[in-house]
Amino acid sequence: MHNKSVAELSRDLESGQVSSVELTQQFLERIRQEDSKYNSFITVTENQALADAKAADEQRAAGHATPWTGVPFAHKDIFCTNGVLTTCGSRMLENFVPPYDATVTANFRKAGAVCLGKTNMDEFAMGSSTESSFFGATTNPWGLGQGSKRVPGGSSGGSAAAVAARLVPAATATDTGGSIRQPAALCGITGLKPTYGRVSRYGMIAFASSLDQGGTMARTAEDNALMLNVMAGFDPKDSTSIDREVPDYTAALNEPLKGLKIGLPKEYFSDQLSPAMEQQVRDAVKEYEKLGATVKEVSLPNAKLAIAAYYVIAPAEASANLSRFDGVRYGYRCEDPKDLMDLYTRTRAEGFGNEVKRRILVGTYALSAGYFDAYYLKAQKVRRLIQQDFINAFKDVDVLMSPTTPSPAFNQGEKTNDPVTMYLEDVFTIAINLAGIPAMSIPAGFVDGLPVGVQIIGDYFSEARLLNAAHKFQQVTDWHQREPQ
Amino acid sequence: MTISRKDIEKVAVLARIRVDDEQVSALEKDLGNILDLVDQLGAADTDSVEPMAHPLDAVQRLRADEVTESDQRERFQAIAPATENGLYLVPRVIE
Amino acid sequence: MQWDIVIGLEIHVQLATRTKIFSGSSTAYGAEPNTQANAVDLAMPGTLPVPNEQAFRYAVMFGLAVNAEIERRSMFERKNYFYPDLPKGYQTTQLERPIVGPGFVDIDLANGETKRVRIHHAHLEEDAGKSLHEDFHGMTGVDLNRAGTPLIEVVTEPDMNNAEEAVAFAKKLHGIVTSLGICDGDMSQGSMRFDVNISLKPKGSETLGTRTETKNLNSFRFMEQAIAHEVERQMDILEDGGTIVQETRLYNGDKDESRSMRTKEEANDYRYFPCPDLLPVEIDDSFIDEARNSLPELPDAKKARFMEQYGLNDYDAGLLAGDSKLAAFFEAAAERGKDAKLASNWVQGEFSARLNAEEKSVADSPITGEQLGDLVVRIADNTISSAGAKKVFEALWTGEGESVDAIIDAKGLKQVSDTGALEAMVDEVLASMPDQVAQYQQESDPKKQKKMLGGFMGPLMKASKGQGNPKLFNEILVRKLGE
Repeated sequence: MHNKSVAELSRDLESGQVSSVELTQQFLERIRQEDSKYNSFITVTENQALADAKAADEQRAAGHATPWTGVPFAHKDIFCTNGVLTTCGSRMLENFVPPYDATVTANFRKAGAVCLGKTNMDEFAMGSSTESSFFGATTNPWGLGQGSKRVPGGSSGGSAAAVAARLVPAATATDTGGSIRQPAALCGITGLKPTYGRVSRYGMIAFASSLDQGGTMARTAEDNALMLNVMAGFDPKDSTSIDREVPDYTAALNEPLKGLKIGLPKEYFSDQLSPAMEQQVRDAVKEYEKLGATVKEVSLPNAKLAIAAYYVIAPAEASANLSRFDGVRYGYRCEDPKDLMDLYTRTRAEGFGNEVKRRILVGTYALSAGYFDAYYLKAQKVRRLIQQDFINAFKDVDVLMSPTTPSPAFNQGEKTNDPVTMYLEDVFTIAINLAGIPAMSIPAGFVDGLPVGVQIIGDYFSEARLLNAAHKFQQVTDWHQREPQ
Repeated sequence: MTISRKDIEKVAVLARIRVDDEQVSALEKDLGNILDLVDQLGAADTDSVEPMAHPLDAVQRLRADEVTESDQRERFQAIAPATENGLYLVPRVIE
Repeated sequence: MQWDIVIGLEIHVQLATRTKIFSGSSTAYGAEPNTQANAVDLAMPGTLPVPNEQAFRYAVMFGLAVNAEIERRSMFERKNYFYPDLPKGYQTTQLERPIVGPGFVDIDLANGETKRVRIHHAHLEEDAGKSLHEDFHGMTGVDLNRAGTPLIEVVTEPDMNNAEEAVAFAKKLHGIVTSLGICDGDMSQGSMRFDVNISLKPKGSETLGTRTETKNLNSFRFMEQAIAHEVERQMDILEDGGTIVQETRLYNGDKDESRSMRTKEEANDYRYFPCPDLLPVEIDDSFIDEARNSLPELPDAKKARFMEQYGLNDYDAGLLAGDSKLAAFFEAAAERGKDAKLASNWVQGEFSARLNAEEKSVADSPITGEQLGDLVVRIADNTISSAGAKKVFEALWTGEGESVDAIIDAKGLKQVSDTGALEAMVDEVLASMPDQVAQYQQESDPKKQKKMLGGFMGPLMKASKGQGNPKLFNEILVRKLGE
């Protein structure tokens, strides 16, 4: 049962082969037994899940089922859940129970899906290894068989590990610089970061507002499509959400790929990439050629500046977004503040972890008098150059393909003392967020026994095409079906 | 680009994060490395490039002026660190 | 040494929208603390702002009223600083592209001259909450009901040169925003708050001196006092050879004292940057046209009309037209009373004095303009004397009678205007005062004669039990004494 996809579980529920309560019990039992190895959940909402499952079974019996009615899944602990602890991986929100739902949360509720709990993440989504969580690091299910403790990637490492370990068939995630695609690649699953504005950010705790985007994680492209059907759409509560028709993302999954024009950005196949990694990507591209796609090299000349631009813009936005955590209205507050300054400085020193503090300080510096033009404004200009590169590329090709990460999952602790090395994990993913375009990571083989991913990048609002390309690939490969031992 | 201890102390005050001397030393190195990374931006020719604040070229929607919210003080203050008589409490503010 | 005073104003105008600038919470004044602060206003994690269209409409109306350019693509920035009444840790405001560009307002001065004060720009922003410093055992209480109330901040050029001009401008602006109906103008509730920038320079000098900013003045009177106080303070320092420190000051109107604010605070660095949660706001022609068509008559136009239509002089017309509610009250009284000059005198005299004495606004007046008009009718047709009119006004104010005529009847205030009866009384009184009559008749100076008439009026009013028409008495007296 735990190896089944959302689509399969949905069919089983529909045929009456299994009830939501039974499914929910089985997955909860798996989490209870297995998750001590991974620490992929911060909170497991057992009672609520069982109550929701019961309600879902009743809905189905009454003939009001959606494809999600009664299907178990999990939320990244960045989405606010009414009445359920929402920590964002931080001590600052260790006891924060929001009295409201994120729009994404509400959408899944409406669809009748059964949330089993909240998954672990890098604190405030700042990280690429899920080691900066106040609730302990998450371990990648894939290294364990070889006796190594590998990171699952981040920041959505809890969601990725939980899906890879078959604790849930699907989980929500967010991506600011690669936080869906990189962990999806490192855990051997499929993840999609939609176009900026496609999924509402309301109730999704902000890291960098102009880059953050909620998205999907599951083992198959089809399940990602089913998730996006629930998540995508205009939200009047989010001024940056786009009022544009939402297609049925499952409708075009089986469209033939004949004539699909694939571009390979030469800057993403440089010496940063090990020959073994590159081989996996080239093999995947060959599969696409077999499916009728054509391939050409393209150039993204400014892509090499993406990390630099990102590490100005994201920390700058974060420095303001995280000012609300001040110990006054909710969240952590230091003991016995002696005055207002003490309340602020100690609450924030004690409530935030090191990486979050580093980024707030970098962002504050970049915005401060005398540096604004050289850093912030310059980064915004470079951002436009990067966007222009993609716009130009998509004049010639339909999608771009690249490795998702420079290497497979690394060992826990390997990069924690060197922030900049950690930042380079996102070298292939980060430009996509700056441009705001959609991209996926799909499983594409193994290096040293660890999964690696191929990134498929599309033009604005081309999610259906990306899912189609991913799905067709998954019809002729089985990388996404491999189970960690 | 190097960042001085003084800069770090100033920025920490602006960001309202207490840092002790030891942390300042660690931050000097880490922030210095991050700023070195960021300094690559200087290489880009951005004359006549418009800054880009948003990924999409969209314009703001405006909301009708209608009250949609009701009093939820009790629920919000149930999760507050310190309240009294419906007010949030903070150490005395001297203007 | 002689000094030139240079004054610029920043005025926060609370917009009279139903809801906040970025959320659907009510902005009604006086609610229990924090009952009008929702998830967005409290800056709960993950919440996002959605701007209120009405705030933009009001800002555009304001821009049109002050002859300003409207920014077709305005933006919001974040202004970063920590304060307990600022939930997000930044204020969402406009810096680079404010909604209202340069404009101007003409003000009337006491010497009859008109002066143009230029407006640098006006921008939309959110108000902060309130900190309450009493009664919490050494803690401060924070009420966020006001947090997110829409404001326009109007910034002038330093075009004013004394307190009179600054106050005249402030009053003019008050008249404009209340006429537009975009602000309730209630200063006691903080609906308009003034920051005054003041600097001094040697008379005739081209170079501006260092300025100070005196913040948060919430009445015209305090503003006038604060300017006088600050000018004197700066003059004392400069004449002692000192230098002015650029700083923000707080003025205490009750004690006529001021002090520097945030003395030991580190230099502010607000780290403005474009708010990534909000997109550029595009204002198109139809939005502007709609706003233009909804503009009511503004004070300048109203003043011109009052002079033309009612024959008021420049001063009276300006004063009445400057306050839309007072102007409406006056018009009702003038239309009903058929004597605009008399109506104007009563509105500016007895009526305004009474409002001031009881610290009431026109809206709280217990009498209507129509009632005052009825009173004006009875004064003009000599039914009552001016002394009697004051009694009727008093009765109307305290709600003693139904109508003006009912009060006149009930109080027996109708004047005797029957000339025969009055002449008889005059004859009688003159006969009883032969010495005074002789004195009067011997006096050659008409001015002194006029003064002496008063001596007969007392006994005459007594004889008529206060109901004799004083004007007629006067005429008869002059005639009879001249015989």
